[in-house]
Amino acid sequence: MDVVKVLFEGFGENLRIFALTLVMAIPLGLVITFGSMTRFKPLRWLTRTFVWIIRGTPLMLQLFVVLYAPGLVFGVPMRNRFTATLVAFVINYAAYLSEIYRGGIESIPRGQYEAGAVLGMTRSQIFFRVVLLQVVKRITPAMGNEVITLVKDTSLSRVIGVAEIIMVAERFTKQGLIVPLFSTGLYFLLFNGLLTLLLGWIEKRMDYFKV
Amino acid sequence: MPILEVSNLGKSFGATEVLKDISFSLEKGGSLAIIGSSGSGKTTLLRCLNFLETPDSGRISVNGEVIFDGDRKDAVSSAELRRKRLHFGLVFQSFNLFPQYTAFQNVTLAGELLAKERPDFKANKKQILDEIRQNGQKLLDSVGLAAKADNYPHQLSGGQQQRVAIARALALNPDILCFDEPTSALDPELTGEVLSVIRSLASRNTTMIIVTHEMQFARQVADNVLFMDHGVVVEYGAAADVIDNPQHERTRQFLENYSNT
Repeated sequence: MDVVKVLFEGFGENLRIFALTLVMAIPLGLVITFGSMTRFKPLRWLTRTFVWIIRGTPLMLQLFVVLYAPGLVFGVPMRNRFTATLVAFVINYAAYLSEIYRGGIESIPRGQYEAGAVLGMTRSQIFFRVVLLQVVKRITPAMGNEVITLVKDTSLSRVIGVAEIIMVAERFTKQGLIVPLFSTGLYFLLFNGLLTLLLGWIEKRMDYFKV
Repeated sequence: MPILEVSNLGKSFGATEVLKDISFSLEKGGSLAIIGSSGSGKTTLLRCLNFLETPDSGRISVNGEVIFDGDRKDAVSSAELRRKRLHFGLVFQSFNLFPQYTAFQNVTLAGELLAKERPDFKANKKQILDEIRQNGQKLLDSVGLAAKADNYPHQLSGGQQQRVAIARALALNPDILCFDEPTSALDPELTGEVLSVIRSLASRNTTMIIVTHEMQFARQVADNVLFMDHGVVVEYGAAADVIDNPQHERTRQFLENYSNT
Protein backbone atom coordinates (compact mmCIF):
# COMPACT_ATOMS: atom_id res chain seq x y z
CA MET A 1 0.00 0.00 0.00
CA ASP A 2 2.78 2.28 1.03
CA VAL A 3 4.67 1.47 -2.17
CA VAL A 4 1.77 2.41 -4.40
CA LYS A 5 1.29 5.71 -2.59
CA VAL A 6 4.97 6.60 -2.94
CA LEU A 7 5.00 5.67 -6.62
CA PHE A 8 1.84 7.69 -7.20
CA GLU A 9 3.42 10.73 -5.63
CA GLY A 10 6.51 10.22 -7.74
CA PHE A 11 4.44 9.95 -10.91
CA GLY A 12 2.72 13.17 -9.87
CA GLU A 13 6.08 14.90 -10.37
CA ASN A 14 6.35 13.36 -13.86
CA LEU A 15 2.87 14.59 -14.72
CA ARG A 16 3.60 18.10 -13.44
CA ILE A 17 6.71 18.32 -15.59
CA PHE A 18 4.75 16.91 -18.52
CA ALA A 19 1.80 19.29 -18.28
CA LEU A 20 3.77 22.45 -17.58
CA THR A 21 6.28 21.68 -20.35
CA LEU A 22 3.50 21.19 -22.90
CA VAL A 23 1.65 24.35 -21.90
CA MET A 24 4.79 26.46 -22.28
CA ALA A 25 6.61 24.68 -25.12
CA ILE A 26 3.66 24.68 -27.53
CA PRO A 27 3.45 28.50 -27.83
CA LEU A 28 7.21 29.02 -27.44
CA GLY A 29 7.78 26.58 -30.30
CA LEU A 30 5.64 28.78 -32.55
CA VAL A 31 7.78 31.82 -31.68
CA ILE A 32 10.92 29.83 -32.59
CA THR A 33 9.25 28.77 -35.86
CA PHE A 34 8.65 32.39 -36.81
CA GLY A 35 12.29 33.11 -35.99
CA SER A 36 13.52 30.25 -38.16
CA MET A 37 11.30 31.34 -41.07
CA THR A 38 11.85 35.09 -40.95
CA ARG A 39 13.22 36.88 -43.99
CA PHE A 40 15.58 38.76 -41.64
CA LYS A 41 18.64 36.58 -42.16
CA PRO A 42 20.64 37.20 -38.94
CA LEU A 43 17.64 36.24 -36.81
CA ARG A 44 16.92 33.21 -38.95
CA TRP A 45 20.54 32.10 -38.73
CA LEU A 46 20.59 32.63 -34.96
CA THR A 47 17.36 30.70 -34.45
CA ARG A 48 18.45 27.79 -36.60
CA THR A 49 21.79 27.57 -34.79
CA PHE A 50 19.93 27.53 -31.49
CA VAL A 51 17.67 24.71 -32.70
CA TRP A 52 20.71 22.82 -33.97
CA ILE A 53 22.41 23.03 -30.57
CA ILE A 54 19.31 22.03 -28.63
CA ARG A 55 18.47 19.13 -30.90
CA GLY A 56 22.09 18.11 -31.25
CA THR A 57 22.91 17.62 -27.59
CA PRO A 58 21.41 15.24 -25.02
CA LEU A 59 18.51 16.47 -22.96
CA MET A 60 20.24 14.91 -19.96
CA LEU A 61 23.23 17.19 -20.47
CA GLN A 62 20.93 20.19 -20.91
CA LEU A 63 19.43 19.44 -17.50
CA PHE A 64 22.88 19.68 -15.90
CA VAL A 65 23.71 22.85 -17.79
CA VAL A 66 20.51 24.59 -16.70
CA LEU A 67 21.08 23.51 -13.09
CA TYR A 68 24.74 24.48 -12.79
CA ALA A 69 25.47 27.16 -15.41
CA PRO A 70 23.62 30.04 -13.70
CA GLY A 71 25.72 29.57 -10.56
CA LEU A 72 29.02 29.07 -12.37
CA VAL A 73 28.61 31.76 -15.01
CA PHE A 74 26.52 34.46 -13.32
CA GLY A 75 27.06 33.66 -9.67
CA VAL A 76 23.33 33.14 -9.17
CA PRO A 77 22.90 29.48 -8.33
CA MET A 78 19.76 27.72 -9.49
CA ARG A 79 18.33 26.44 -6.21
CA ASN A 80 15.12 24.86 -7.38
CA ARG A 81 15.68 21.56 -9.18
CA PHE A 82 12.11 21.42 -10.41
CA THR A 83 12.42 24.86 -12.02
CA ALA A 84 15.70 23.83 -13.64
CA THR A 85 13.98 20.76 -15.05
CA LEU A 86 11.13 22.81 -16.45
CA VAL A 87 13.46 25.33 -18.10
CA ALA A 88 15.46 22.59 -19.78
CA PHE A 89 12.38 20.67 -20.90
CA VAL A 90 10.55 23.70 -22.22
CA ILE A 91 13.54 24.87 -24.27
CA ASN A 92 14.25 21.38 -25.57
CA TYR A 93 10.68 20.58 -26.53
CA ALA A 94 10.02 24.03 -27.99
CA ALA A 95 12.98 23.48 -30.34
CA TYR A 96 11.62 20.13 -31.51
CA LEU A 97 8.07 21.41 -31.85
CA SER A 98 9.26 24.42 -33.83
CA GLU A 99 10.63 22.12 -36.51
CA ILE A 100 7.35 20.21 -36.66
CA TYR A 101 5.48 23.50 -37.01
CA ARG A 102 7.87 24.68 -39.72
CA GLY A 103 7.38 21.50 -41.71
CA GLY A 104 3.61 21.89 -41.35
CA ILE A 105 3.57 25.52 -42.38
CA GLU A 106 5.83 24.93 -45.37
CA SER A 107 3.62 22.07 -46.54
CA ILE A 108 0.62 24.35 -47.06
CA PRO A 109 0.38 25.21 -50.78
CA ARG A 110 1.18 28.78 -51.84
CA GLY A 111 -2.25 28.94 -53.41
CA GLN A 112 -3.89 29.11 -49.99
CA TYR A 113 -1.91 32.23 -49.10
CA GLU A 114 -2.54 33.74 -52.51
CA ALA A 115 -6.26 33.04 -52.38
CA GLY A 116 -6.41 34.82 -49.02
CA ALA A 117 -4.33 37.71 -50.31
CA VAL A 118 -6.46 38.38 -53.39
CA LEU A 119 -9.51 38.33 -51.12
CA GLY A 120 -8.06 41.27 -49.21
CA MET A 121 -7.04 39.39 -46.08
CA THR A 122 -4.16 40.61 -43.95
CA ARG A 123 -1.13 38.41 -43.37
CA SER A 124 -2.29 37.55 -39.87
CA GLN A 125 -5.83 36.80 -41.05
CA ILE A 126 -4.40 34.45 -43.66
CA PHE A 127 -2.31 32.72 -41.02
CA PHE A 128 -4.91 32.41 -38.30
CA ARG A 129 -8.09 32.01 -40.36
CA VAL A 130 -6.84 30.00 -43.32
CA VAL A 131 -3.50 28.30 -42.73
CA LEU A 132 -3.35 27.47 -39.02
CA LEU A 133 -6.05 24.82 -38.80
CA GLN A 134 -4.67 23.07 -41.88
CA VAL A 135 -1.25 23.05 -40.23
CA VAL A 136 -2.72 21.67 -37.00
CA LYS A 137 -4.37 18.86 -38.90
CA ARG A 138 -1.18 18.00 -40.74
CA ILE A 139 1.07 17.99 -37.70
CA THR A 140 -1.20 16.21 -35.22
CA PRO A 141 0.35 12.75 -35.80
CA ALA A 142 3.89 14.12 -35.39
CA MET A 143 2.82 16.10 -32.32
CA GLY A 144 1.38 12.91 -30.87
CA ASN A 145 4.81 11.31 -31.11
CA GLU A 146 6.45 14.21 -29.31
CA VAL A 147 3.83 14.27 -26.57
CA ILE A 148 4.24 10.58 -25.83
CA THR A 149 8.03 10.88 -25.87
CA LEU A 150 7.74 13.75 -23.41
CA VAL A 151 5.84 11.61 -20.93
CA LYS A 152 8.75 9.17 -20.82
CA ASP A 153 11.45 11.84 -20.94
CA THR A 154 10.17 13.36 -17.69
CA SER A 155 11.97 10.58 -15.82
CA LEU A 156 15.28 12.07 -16.99
CA SER A 157 14.77 14.73 -14.33
CA ARG A 158 16.06 12.24 -11.78
CA VAL A 159 19.62 13.00 -12.91
CA ILE A 160 19.38 16.38 -11.22
CA GLY A 161 17.56 15.00 -8.21
CA VAL A 162 13.89 15.52 -8.90
CA ALA A 163 11.92 12.86 -7.01
CA GLU A 164 10.09 11.45 -9.99
CA ILE A 165 8.68 7.95 -10.13
CA ILE A 166 11.75 5.98 -11.20
CA MET A 167 13.92 7.72 -8.63
CA VAL A 168 11.52 6.93 -5.78
CA ALA A 169 11.05 3.37 -7.02
CA GLU A 170 14.76 2.80 -7.05
CA ARG A 171 14.88 3.46 -3.29
CA PHE A 172 12.90 0.26 -2.80
CA THR A 173 15.56 -1.77 -4.58
CA LYS A 174 17.94 -0.89 -1.75
CA GLN A 175 15.50 -2.65 0.54
CA GLY A 176 15.64 -5.65 -1.76
CA LEU A 177 12.37 -4.94 -3.59
CA ILE A 178 12.67 -4.92 -7.38
CA VAL A 179 8.96 -5.12 -8.25
CA PRO A 180 8.21 -1.44 -7.53
CA LEU A 181 10.88 -0.36 -10.02
CA PHE A 182 9.54 -2.62 -12.75
CA SER A 183 5.96 -1.64 -12.01
CA THR A 184 6.67 2.01 -12.87
CA GLY A 185 6.34 0.95 -16.50
CA LEU A 186 2.63 0.40 -15.92
CA TYR A 187 2.15 4.02 -14.89
CA PHE A 188 3.74 5.23 -18.11
CA LEU A 189 1.86 2.67 -20.19
CA LEU A 190 -1.51 3.56 -18.72
CA PHE A 191 -1.04 7.28 -19.04
CA ASN A 192 0.22 6.99 -22.61
CA GLY A 193 -2.75 4.79 -23.38
CA LEU A 194 -5.04 7.59 -22.28
CA LEU A 195 -3.07 10.10 -24.33
CA THR A 196 -3.30 7.88 -27.40
CA LEU A 197 -7.07 7.80 -27.04
CA LEU A 198 -7.15 11.59 -26.65
CA LEU A 199 -4.94 12.11 -29.70
CA GLY A 200 -7.13 9.78 -31.74
CA TRP A 201 -10.16 11.78 -30.67
CA ILE A 202 -8.49 15.05 -31.71
CA GLU A 203 -7.62 13.61 -35.12
CA LYS A 204 -11.20 12.45 -35.55
CA ARG A 205 -12.47 15.91 -34.68
CA MET A 206 -10.65 17.23 -37.75
CA ASP A 207 -11.86 14.50 -40.08
CA TYR A 208 -14.53 16.77 -41.52
CA PHE A 209 -12.07 18.36 -43.93
CA LYS A 210 -9.14 17.16 -46.00
CA VAL A 211 -5.85 18.92 -46.62
CA MET B 1 -12.90 56.13 -70.09
CA PRO B 2 -11.77 52.49 -69.85
CA ILE B 3 -12.12 50.85 -66.46
CA LEU B 4 -8.65 49.32 -66.78
CA GLU B 5 -5.63 50.72 -68.53
CA VAL B 6 -2.36 48.87 -68.61
CA SER B 7 0.56 50.59 -70.26
CA ASN B 8 4.09 49.43 -70.99
CA LEU B 9 4.06 46.83 -68.25
CA GLY B 10 7.34 44.97 -67.81
CA LYS B 11 8.42 42.18 -65.49
CA SER B 12 11.55 40.05 -65.23
CA PHE B 13 12.39 37.11 -63.04
CA GLY B 14 16.15 37.38 -62.70
CA ALA B 15 17.54 37.60 -66.22
CA THR B 16 14.35 36.28 -67.84
CA GLU B 17 12.05 38.94 -69.20
CA VAL B 18 8.56 37.55 -68.73
CA LEU B 19 6.55 40.59 -69.73
CA LYS B 20 7.74 43.18 -72.25
CA ASP B 21 5.96 46.43 -72.84
CA ILE B 22 2.42 45.09 -72.35
CA SER B 23 -0.35 47.60 -73.07
CA PHE B 24 -4.08 47.15 -73.38
CA SER B 25 -7.28 48.54 -71.98
CA LEU B 26 -10.64 47.19 -70.97
CA GLU B 27 -14.04 48.90 -71.01
CA LYS B 28 -16.45 48.55 -68.14
CA GLY B 29 -18.64 45.52 -68.77
CA GLY B 30 -16.28 44.21 -71.40
CA SER B 31 -14.40 40.98 -71.44
CA LEU B 32 -10.92 40.25 -72.64
CA ALA B 33 -9.49 36.82 -73.36
CA ILE B 34 -5.74 36.34 -73.14
CA ILE B 35 -4.44 33.45 -75.19
CA GLY B 36 -0.98 32.09 -75.91
CA SER B 37 1.14 29.06 -75.29
CA SER B 38 2.47 28.05 -71.88
CA GLY B 39 5.26 30.30 -70.72
CA SER B 40 4.10 33.23 -72.82
CA GLY B 41 3.52 35.37 -69.71
CA LYS B 42 -0.30 35.26 -69.52
CA THR B 43 -0.45 34.09 -65.94
CA THR B 44 2.28 36.48 -64.83
CA LEU B 45 0.27 39.32 -66.33
CA LEU B 46 -2.79 38.35 -64.30
CA ARG B 47 -0.67 37.96 -61.19
CA CYS B 48 0.74 41.45 -61.70
CA LEU B 49 -2.77 42.88 -61.92
CA ASN B 50 -3.64 41.16 -58.64
CA PHE B 51 -0.38 42.29 -56.99
CA LEU B 52 0.76 38.73 -56.44
CA GLU B 53 3.82 39.88 -58.41
CA THR B 54 5.17 43.40 -58.54
CA PRO B 55 5.84 44.61 -62.07
CA ASP B 56 9.21 46.27 -62.77
CA SER B 57 7.90 49.01 -64.98
CA GLY B 58 4.79 50.44 -66.59
CA ARG B 59 1.49 51.66 -65.24
CA ILE B 60 -1.83 50.18 -64.20
CA SER B 61 -4.87 52.39 -63.70
CA VAL B 62 -8.35 51.44 -62.62
CA ASN B 63 -11.17 53.93 -63.08
CA GLY B 64 -8.58 56.59 -63.81
CA GLU B 65 -6.75 56.03 -60.52
CA VAL B 66 -3.15 54.98 -61.01
CA ILE B 67 -2.73 51.93 -58.79
CA PHE B 68 0.73 51.00 -59.99
CA ASP B 69 3.41 53.25 -61.43
CA GLY B 70 6.81 51.77 -62.21
CA ASP B 71 8.42 55.22 -62.11
CA ARG B 72 7.21 55.98 -58.61
CA LYS B 73 7.72 52.82 -56.65
CA ASP B 74 7.15 54.23 -53.19
CA ALA B 75 6.88 51.71 -50.41
CA VAL B 76 3.20 50.85 -50.31
CA SER B 77 1.68 50.10 -46.93
CA SER B 78 0.08 46.69 -46.66
CA ALA B 79 -3.31 48.32 -46.01
CA GLU B 80 -2.92 50.31 -49.23
CA LEU B 81 -1.93 47.18 -51.11
CA ARG B 82 -4.99 45.33 -49.86
CA ARG B 83 -7.25 48.18 -50.92
CA LYS B 84 -5.75 48.19 -54.42
CA ARG B 85 -6.02 44.45 -54.71
CA LEU B 86 -9.74 44.58 -54.11
CA HIS B 87 -10.26 46.22 -57.49
CA PHE B 88 -9.53 42.78 -58.88
CA GLY B 89 -10.87 39.33 -58.20
CA LEU B 90 -8.96 36.23 -59.19
CA VAL B 91 -10.14 32.73 -59.94
CA PHE B 92 -7.22 30.30 -59.86
CA GLN B 93 -6.52 27.34 -62.07
CA SER B 94 -6.35 25.11 -59.00
CA PHE B 95 -9.42 26.66 -57.27
CA ASN B 96 -7.60 27.15 -53.95
CA LEU B 97 -10.73 26.87 -51.86
CA PHE B 98 -10.12 26.84 -48.11
CA PRO B 99 -10.58 23.16 -47.19
CA GLN B 100 -11.75 23.65 -43.60
CA TYR B 101 -14.66 25.88 -44.58
CA THR B 102 -17.93 24.93 -46.24
CA ALA B 103 -18.75 26.23 -49.71
CA PHE B 104 -20.87 28.92 -48.08
CA GLN B 105 -18.16 29.92 -45.60
CA ASN B 106 -15.62 30.08 -48.41
CA VAL B 107 -17.83 32.64 -50.11
CA THR B 108 -18.56 34.76 -47.02
CA LEU B 109 -15.32 34.60 -45.00
CA ALA B 110 -13.38 37.43 -46.65
CA GLY B 111 -16.40 39.71 -46.69
CA GLU B 112 -16.98 39.18 -42.99
CA LEU B 113 -13.33 39.91 -42.19
CA LEU B 114 -13.41 43.09 -44.26
CA ALA B 115 -16.67 44.18 -42.66
CA LYS B 116 -15.02 44.13 -39.24
CA GLU B 117 -12.88 47.05 -40.37
CA ARG B 118 -15.91 49.21 -41.11
CA PRO B 119 -16.37 51.98 -38.54
CA ASP B 120 -20.06 51.19 -38.21
CA PHE B 121 -19.52 47.45 -37.76
CA LYS B 122 -20.15 47.34 -34.02
CA ALA B 123 -23.34 49.36 -34.29
CA ASN B 124 -24.86 47.46 -37.23
CA LYS B 125 -23.17 44.11 -36.81
CA LYS B 126 -26.23 41.96 -37.27
CA GLN B 127 -27.49 43.80 -40.31
CA ILE B 128 -24.08 43.87 -42.02
CA LEU B 129 -23.49 40.16 -41.47
CA ASP B 130 -27.01 39.29 -42.60
CA GLU B 131 -26.38 41.18 -45.81
CA ILE B 132 -23.09 39.36 -46.45
CA ARG B 133 -24.73 36.00 -45.79
CA GLN B 134 -27.74 36.68 -47.97
CA ASN B 135 -25.43 37.80 -50.73
CA GLY B 136 -23.34 34.64 -50.29
CA GLN B 137 -26.41 32.47 -50.57
CA LYS B 138 -27.51 34.36 -53.66
CA LEU B 139 -24.12 33.94 -55.29
CA LEU B 140 -24.02 30.20 -54.63
CA ASP B 141 -27.49 30.04 -56.09
CA SER B 142 -26.34 31.92 -59.18
CA VAL B 143 -23.57 29.37 -59.84
CA GLY B 144 -26.08 26.56 -59.34
CA LEU B 145 -24.77 25.35 -55.99
CA ALA B 146 -27.39 26.46 -53.48
CA ALA B 147 -27.85 22.81 -52.48
CA LYS B 148 -24.13 22.38 -51.80
CA ALA B 149 -23.75 25.36 -49.46
CA ASP B 150 -22.89 23.21 -46.45
CA ASN B 151 -20.54 20.86 -48.25
CA TYR B 152 -16.80 21.00 -47.73
CA PRO B 153 -14.54 21.39 -50.78
CA HIS B 154 -13.38 17.76 -50.72
CA GLN B 155 -17.01 16.69 -51.07
CA LEU B 156 -17.38 18.65 -54.31
CA SER B 157 -16.30 17.81 -57.86
CA GLY B 158 -13.64 19.96 -59.49
CA GLY B 159 -16.24 21.79 -61.53
CA GLN B 160 -18.30 22.51 -58.42
CA GLN B 161 -15.22 23.70 -56.55
CA GLN B 162 -14.38 26.09 -59.33
CA ARG B 163 -17.93 27.45 -59.33
CA VAL B 164 -17.65 28.05 -55.57
CA ALA B 165 -14.34 29.83 -56.24
CA ILE B 166 -16.09 32.06 -58.78
CA ALA B 167 -18.84 32.89 -56.26
CA ARG B 168 -16.14 33.60 -53.67
CA ALA B 169 -14.38 36.05 -55.98
CA LEU B 170 -17.68 37.74 -56.88
CA ALA B 171 -18.61 38.18 -53.21
CA LEU B 172 -16.23 41.11 -52.83
CA ASN B 173 -17.68 42.82 -55.87
CA PRO B 174 -14.43 43.40 -57.76
CA ASP B 175 -14.30 45.92 -60.59
CA ILE B 176 -12.54 43.37 -62.75
CA LEU B 177 -12.75 39.61 -62.36
CA CYS B 178 -9.72 37.66 -63.58
CA PHE B 179 -9.69 33.98 -64.50
CA ASP B 180 -6.41 32.10 -64.70
CA GLU B 181 -7.07 29.08 -66.93
CA PRO B 182 -10.19 28.27 -64.94
CA THR B 183 -10.86 24.95 -66.66
CA SER B 184 -7.32 23.64 -67.18
CA ALA B 185 -7.38 21.50 -64.05
CA LEU B 186 -10.76 19.96 -64.86
CA ASP B 187 -11.83 16.78 -66.58
CA PRO B 188 -13.21 17.60 -70.01
CA GLU B 189 -16.77 16.69 -68.98
CA LEU B 190 -16.61 19.20 -66.13
CA THR B 191 -15.36 22.21 -68.09
CA GLY B 192 -18.80 22.88 -69.56
CA GLU B 193 -20.43 23.77 -66.25
CA VAL B 194 -17.67 26.26 -65.40
CA LEU B 195 -17.66 27.82 -68.85
CA SER B 196 -21.42 28.27 -68.75
CA VAL B 197 -21.13 30.14 -65.44
CA ILE B 198 -18.52 32.46 -66.97
CA ARG B 199 -20.70 32.85 -70.06
CA SER B 200 -23.63 33.94 -67.93
CA LEU B 201 -21.41 36.44 -66.14
CA ALA B 202 -20.43 37.88 -69.50
CA SER B 203 -24.04 38.20 -70.50
CA ARG B 204 -24.62 40.22 -67.32
CA ASN B 205 -21.76 42.54 -68.31
CA THR B 206 -19.27 41.52 -65.67
CA THR B 207 -15.92 43.05 -66.51
CA MET B 208 -13.57 40.12 -67.00
CA ILE B 209 -10.12 39.08 -68.07
CA ILE B 210 -9.91 35.40 -68.94
CA VAL B 211 -6.68 33.54 -69.54
CA THR B 212 -7.79 30.44 -71.40
CA HIS B 213 -6.91 27.68 -73.81
CA GLU B 214 -10.54 27.25 -74.88
CA MET B 215 -10.47 29.07 -78.21
CA GLN B 216 -14.10 28.57 -79.17
CA PHE B 217 -15.14 29.80 -75.76
CA ALA B 218 -12.88 32.85 -76.03
CA ARG B 219 -14.31 33.68 -79.42
CA GLN B 220 -17.91 33.42 -78.21
CA VAL B 221 -17.59 35.14 -74.86
CA ALA B 222 -14.82 37.71 -75.10
CA ASP B 223 -15.16 41.07 -76.78
CA ASN B 224 -11.43 41.32 -77.33
CA VAL B 225 -8.62 38.85 -77.55
CA LEU B 226 -5.00 39.44 -76.75
CA PHE B 227 -2.47 36.95 -78.07
CA MET B 228 0.80 36.79 -76.17
CA ASP B 229 4.03 35.14 -77.12
CA HIS B 230 7.32 35.25 -75.18
CA GLY B 231 6.11 38.10 -73.03
CA VAL B 232 4.93 40.41 -75.78
CA VAL B 233 1.52 41.23 -77.14
CA VAL B 234 1.60 39.88 -80.70
CA GLU B 235 -1.97 40.59 -81.62
CA TYR B 236 -4.79 42.42 -79.91
CA GLY B 237 -8.23 43.09 -81.31
CA ALA B 238 -11.87 42.05 -81.55
CA ALA B 239 -12.26 38.38 -80.66
CA ALA B 240 -13.70 37.30 -83.98
CA ASP B 241 -10.97 39.12 -85.93
CA VAL B 242 -8.05 37.71 -83.99
CA ILE B 243 -9.31 34.15 -83.87
CA ASP B 244 -10.90 33.82 -87.32
CA ASN B 245 -8.58 36.07 -89.20
CA PRO B 246 -5.23 36.44 -87.45
CA GLN B 247 -2.83 38.94 -88.99
CA HIS B 248 0.43 37.61 -87.64
CA GLU B 249 2.20 34.43 -88.64
CA ARG B 250 2.83 33.49 -84.98
CA THR B 251 -0.86 33.84 -84.12
CA ARG B 252 -1.78 31.68 -87.09
CA GLN B 253 0.67 28.97 -86.04
CA PHE B 254 -0.69 29.01 -82.53
CA LEU B 255 -4.32 28.84 -83.58
CA GLU B 256 -3.69 26.04 -86.03
CA ASN B 257 -3.13 23.71 -83.08
CA TYR B 258 -6.67 24.40 -82.00
CA SER B 259 -8.39 24.31 -85.40
CA ASN B 260 -9.13 20.61 -85.29
CA THR B 261 -10.78 20.76 -81.88
